[in-house]
Amino acid sequence: MKIAMPVNDKSMESCVGNTFGRTSYFLVYDTETKESIFVDNSAAASQGGAGIKAAQTVVDSQVEALITPQCGENAAKVIQASNIKIYKIINDSIQDNINAFKHGELSLLEKIHGGFHGHGGK
Amino acid sequence: MKIAVLSGKGGTGKTLVSVNLAVAAKEAVYIDCDVEEPNGHLFFEPKPIGSEQIVIKIPVVDEKLCNGCRKCVEFCKFNALAYINNKLIVFDEVCHSCGGCMLFCPEKALAEKEKMIGEVQYGVSENVTVVTGILNIGEASGIPIIKNLLNYAKGEQAITFIDCPPGSACIVMESIKDADYCILVAEPTFF
Ligand code: SF4
Ligand code: SF4
Repeated sequence: MKIAMPVNDKSMESCVGNTFGRTSYFLVYDTETKESIFVDNSAAASQGGAGIKAAQTVVDSQVEALITPQCGENAAKVIQASNIKIYKIINDSIQDNINAFKHGELSLLEKIHGGFHGHGGK
Repeated sequence: MKIAVLSGKGGTGKTLVSVNLAVAAKEAVYIDCDVEEPNGHLFFEPKPIGSEQIVIKIPVVDEKLCNGCRKCVEFCKFNALAYINNKLIVFDEVCHSCGGCMLFCPEKALAEKEKMIGEVQYGVSENVTVVTGILNIGEASGIPIIKNLLNYAKGEQAITFIDCPPGSACIVMESIKDADYCILVAEPTFF
């Protein structure tokens, strides 16, 4: 099964990114073949709607699960429309999260945030 | 003359300053551009003279015509479109109504539909014309409302005070676009 995770660098030794939409890369990992591919997140530099575009990238890499620290509501709508499950990370280690996923120890991400739209103010 | 009143954060007294300046002027227009929570009208209690609904145009896809080429998705720099499960999804709240995707679609599968996002209200209170922009809750961008508000000020001879939203986001830049002067209201506490 293929899974995706936002990561900071193109390496299995790097850490899980702390955002979804504006992460630098996505790791696409195949749990059967142990093959890992790093996909550039072209949404990272977008002005707005980064979550939607990043979600499109995740969907296009044909994964069945996304493991992430957080996810906004628009991105979640895209991900869930493709029947991809969203799990919450347990820590920032890529390998720990893959192992936990394999052992069914990850829980589904429950808190979908309303997005970080707009800036300043209030 | 147009004077915009703005601030780095909320609660510094922009509305207090702009309302009082308008009252002090012999004849003035007060425009409330703080469309998420316009409150200048609370001080003026203007007699209503009219209102206008603000609609924007957003794309709708005809699924029978769409062939999934994704040209529209790539084009939209606001990322308001996604192509999932052989279906185009439009995120209405993210769309900026630029109309580009509709021009670009080679299959002519995108048409525009109107969506109401808010209202502009006009009223008078003694020597002040009060113009208030109101953005519906849940809408992301009040810019179309600001554009409409400032249109009102275009040919205006009387001194015009523009009460801006807080901060320095696009909506504030839009609000001060036509201003001759800006007054910044500051207040020494943290956010
Ligand atoms: S450009 Fe037109 S045909 Fe292509 S995906 Fe968009 S709506 Fe469909
Ligand atoms: S109208 Fe413009 S902003 Fe809206 S979806 Fe089409 S391209 Fe994107």
